[in-house]
Amino acid sequence: MFPASFDYRRARSIDEALGILSQYGGDARILAGGQSLIPAMRYRLARPAVLVDINPIDDLSYIIEDGDTLRIGARTRDSDLERWKALAGYPLIADAAVLVADPVVRQMGTIVGSLCHNDPAGDWPVVALTGRASLVVRGANGERTIPIDDFLVDSYATAVADGEMATEVRFPRPGPGSAGAYYKMERKVGDFATAAAGTRVTLAADGTIADAAIAIGAAGPKAMRVAAAEALLRGQKPSKEAVRAAADAARALADPTADNRGSAEYKKEMAAVLVERALLKTLERLGVGGLR
Amino acid sequence: MKVSVKVNGTQYERDVEPRMLLSYFLREELGLTGTHVGCDSSSCGCCVVALDGDRAVKSCTMFAVMADGHEITTVEGLEQGAVLHPLQQGFWDQHGLQCGYCTPGMLMTSYALLKHNPDPSDTEIREAISGNLCRCTGYQNIVKAIRQEADVINAPQEKSA
Amino acid sequence: MTTTDKPRHAIGLSMKRKEDPRFIRGRGRYVDDIVLPNMLHLALVHSPYPHARIKNIDSTAALAVPGVKAVLTGKDLEAAGLAWIPTFHGYDKQMVLAVGKVLYQYQEVAGVVAETREAAHDGAELVEVDYEPLDPVVDPFEARKDTIILRDDRENKTNHIYHWEVGAREETDKALAASDVHIKERIYFQRCHPAPLEPCGGIADMNPATGRLTIYMTSQAPHAHRTVVSLVTGIPEDKIHIISPDIGGGFGNKVPVYPGYVVAAVASVVLKVPVKWIETRTENLTTTGFARDYHMDVEIGADKDGKVTALKVGTVADHGAFDAAADPTKYPAGLFGIVTGSYDFPHAFTELDAYFTNKAPGGVAYRCSFRVTEASYAIERGMDLLAGRLGMDAVELRRRNFVGKDQFPYRSQLGFVYDSGDYHATLDKALEAIGYDTLRKEQAECRARGELMGIGISTFTEVVGAGPSKHFDIMGIKMFDSAEIRIHPTGSGIVRAGTRHQGQGHETTWAQIVAEELGLDPQNLIVEEGDTDTAPYGLGTYASRSTPVAGGALALASRKIREKARKIAAHVLEVAEDDVEWENYAFTVKGVPGKTITMKEVAFAAYTNPVPGTEPGLEATFYYDPPNMTFPNGAYIAVVSVDPETGETKVKRFVAVDDCGVVINPMIVEGQIHGGLTEGYAIAFMQEIRYDEGGNHMNTNFTEYLVPTAVETPVWETGSTVTPSPHHPIGAKGVGESPNVGSPAAFVNAVMDALSPLGITHLDMPLTREKVWRAIRDAKAAKAATA
Repeated sequence: MFPASFDYRRARSIDEALGILSQYGGDARILAGGQSLIPAMRYRLARPAVLVDINPIDDLSYIIEDGDTLRIGARTRDSDLERWKALAGYPLIADAAVLVADPVVRQMGTIVGSLCHNDPAGDWPVVALTGRASLVVRGANGERTIPIDDFLVDSYATAVADGEMATEVRFPRPGPGSAGAYYKMERKVGDFATAAAGTRVTLAADGTIADAAIAIGAAGPKAMRVAAAEALLRGQKPSKEAVRAAADAARALADPTADNRGSAEYKKEMAAVLVERALLKTLERLGVGGLR
Repeated sequence: MKVSVKVNGTQYERDVEPRMLLSYFLREELGLTGTHVGCDSSSCGCCVVALDGDRAVKSCTMFAVMADGHEITTVEGLEQGAVLHPLQQGFWDQHGLQCGYCTPGMLMTSYALLKHNPDPSDTEIREAISGNLCRCTGYQNIVKAIRQEADVINAPQEKSA
Repeated sequence: MTTTDKPRHAIGLSMKRKEDPRFIRGRGRYVDDIVLPNMLHLALVHSPYPHARIKNIDSTAALAVPGVKAVLTGKDLEAAGLAWIPTFHGYDKQMVLAVGKVLYQYQEVAGVVAETREAAHDGAELVEVDYEPLDPVVDPFEARKDTIILRDDRENKTNHIYHWEVGAREETDKALAASDVHIKERIYFQRCHPAPLEPCGGIADMNPATGRLTIYMTSQAPHAHRTVVSLVTGIPEDKIHIISPDIGGGFGNKVPVYPGYVVAAVASVVLKVPVKWIETRTENLTTTGFARDYHMDVEIGADKDGKVTALKVGTVADHGAFDAAADPTKYPAGLFGIVTGSYDFPHAFTELDAYFTNKAPGGVAYRCSFRVTEASYAIERGMDLLAGRLGMDAVELRRRNFVGKDQFPYRSQLGFVYDSGDYHATLDKALEAIGYDTLRKEQAECRARGELMGIGISTFTEVVGAGPSKHFDIMGIKMFDSAEIRIHPTGSGIVRAGTRHQGQGHETTWAQIVAEELGLDPQNLIVEEGDTDTAPYGLGTYASRSTPVAGGALALASRKIREKARKIAAHVLEVAEDDVEWENYAFTVKGVPGKTITMKEVAFAAYTNPVPGTEPGLEATFYYDPPNMTFPNGAYIAVVSVDPETGETKVKRFVAVDDCGVVINPMIVEGQIHGGLTEGYAIAFMQEIRYDEGGNHMNTNFTEYLVPTAVETPVWETGSTVTPSPHHPIGAKGVGESPNVGSPAAFVNAVMDALSPLGITHLDMPLTREKVWRAIRDAKAAKAATA
């Protein structure tokens, strides 16, 4: 109910934050939205000795279309994304933006923070995998850009090392002939996913699938790309059978844990159902219908 | 740790433990007990306040020290003098409360909602308050109450003679 | 001459609530809002084991935390004779802080008192308890075998708590055996929890200067609590003051006496300062009174035309570690005898066996009307199963078996005398509102397309208003209720009752009752409840008893005032008493039109011109012992569609027609219906308190015990019929729990109706997606296998 005591430092710049992190190493945690960290601290499941509050860093609040890249700063709130005027151009992100947690939590929660938290049933890791995102991570030794596949290491574990902080997430802009969708099964608003699926499809001029990205969440220790499904779809003409095969590949890959949200068997099946529905939605957004 | 925060228009300076939650800061340091605590997992929304005028936040999921330099509006800050905010009037007129425990959080969430979306549909209202739980009303009259306030905001202006 | 007052007719008006101004301003006064000088905070320590011996408790580390003032254990309470307290049921007792062993996960083991909440929790984390785990028993059917005896404090070494039965066993068995059709189903009403948004809590303040113990308490029954505290502690009742201020929802959660209150009181006595205990949500869900947990074998016999012949229900009740079900003494299974419902059963019998298990204690809560929710669910599911077996429409079966409106007062085979009702009319109204015939056509079209659409009916009759002194008492105290009304010289007044609202609107509805009787303005009648020093003795608010009992007291106290006022009117008007009549909310004189006097004028005269030889002033008290219970009824219809791929159910429409007799404030009644239906929806689809085989509680906070949001909650369509209660002073019946009583069956019947083409006949709640998905999948596989 009440967190254990901790020391608190305010950072007004990225350098200041990094300085504090290097001072305390693994004992210090970044505090951004706090919507995952603070509940964990209240149950005393997390007991950081030091919190580094980066909320004062206004420079980290941005959503920029920079050439072919969408760049989202670490202090950008989920609600900022939700209200972003150009969000419609990113249907995969737009779908997820209204499904994360609940509308009040989204006023403080951040997409970068959520990716750094890497809850196995979180929404943003699935979206980031589907969207082929990458994270910009800065430390004392400079900056590196980590592709999402390498960034998400394990449940609640990422490639951010001690003394480093993630400052930005980047998504390649979907080109013409490209659309995406995100589906989440939840027992009620605010629940973690029982199952989640993100899909993105790019069609070639001849109507075949030039590229496909499929990821599932709440289906293992971390969100996963369904590489087999992606390979299956590449070069294919969109069809009921192709979609079904992709869903089957998702089911085969899914390795969920049983909990109050469902048995492993049910969650596996729902991974397949959601991949199928997300793919059909994606194709409909590309003008390809009649596959249901 | 020192925290300097403006609450309902008044500036406060206090020295608190970093771990003090904003909800308890408001209730116990400042005696503003209108903000309520209903759960321990950031699920219920009884603690919602408005941050910097138009952001509904769960004050139980913020440390008081995070509010340093910011402005908070609580339910006590809605009325102006003795005049109720139209939202409060709406909740009263439409029987949008029974035990009153979720009411401050509902008021502050809808206060923030209407700043961003002054003419929400019933579906949008339900989505906007889906971070606030109620056990008494079944939400139906709360939606009517918020709808009443929206209608007040959106009423065509009276033409002067 | 009549004054030009505002219209004085009050009953039936949707008056805006008088209590709202403070709540909408955030100026309610809930227990946790109260701060007393030098107040300390109490945090409890809980057992991680469901069943274990306590070898040792070491408080050293806890006591070393800065700010911690004391650590209390069961041994300390034992010295004060308070390690155990009687449960409200009276047949059993429960531990306050564990002594010797723990009997459920999260059971309270110690209390840490400190200067701040944080320090108290820091201390609680550091109390070291040495446990010797024992095998837990979590299945009441296992408990029944008595292989592991849980309660070594009891004389009878058995997990069997009691057996209860009512009705005619042999005749019912015979009638069942002779029936053309006989259905039998095991129907489980799952354990759930009322979870009001305000957790339980109290501030105990033993004031050494006055010698009085004041307890601010989340209490639905402050007088009963005062008497219990006195009996248990030995402190004389005049030295105990219970104040139940604003309460953020009760639903039965705030009826029992919880260890936290007792430990806070002991700590206050020992430390001589106020001690506040406010539980966390986790503590609320894991330790306070759960609801339901009845395994019911339901049997109904009928002839081939669908006329029911017999009803038999046998129940195994899981009470958890202590029998803390707050039932009236003679009713260990509450009012379960209402299980014949709205139907005229010529034969009926029901029996119940209750068992201890390693789970939290409780049983009677969550808007249950004392187990009426369980009974109503059983009969409404049973009738649908019977309709299915007969191949008869669910509506038709019910119509054929309803108690007819000319059969009232109706004595059921299980001993209740139903006061009034027109079940056919209520059902017809609901059918019309939902467009039943059109819906069945629509359903046929859906089925032709392979879609799963369902329509579910629940036509329930419930029983509330506990209750007549002949049958009802709580720990010996009869279940009357009371009103005390005092009218001031200028025509306003103060009304006090022995009930204690937690959102039901008494500050408005009680004023409406009195205003109606006295022709006064309800805006000028202030209503108070909850302070045992000033309110007349009552049994509190739960089981929808307030309007039936306190409402009666309010009307009758008002009539006492009106009778005295009539004499004053005669005196002022200088006419004979017999010539004064009450007409159009004023006193008039027979045969002399225009000669009138208002109640307001009479009030002034009561103080300025009293009748010589009588007492001045204008007030009355009434303690009302109701002659019978009241029997609200309703007809609920749910329309659902089920997604076979995911098992998700969407509620497309829900119509609720309720008959609660005379309605005091339609707006408030409608609000109660909305809230109760939402709770019923949650129970039907998403709520369960589950323990795994190891006795671990699986739903410890709101991320796992689910309360629906505005997005999931359906839109409710409501309506009413009115059959007044013939014995109630204003014809009202009570309604707060009806929606929770009647709706779960409507939802389940609807889903079963949707699944019936697949041959699925019964699934237990909650109807989670997976449960429905699995049933569909298995049914399809079975069909394919036999194809």
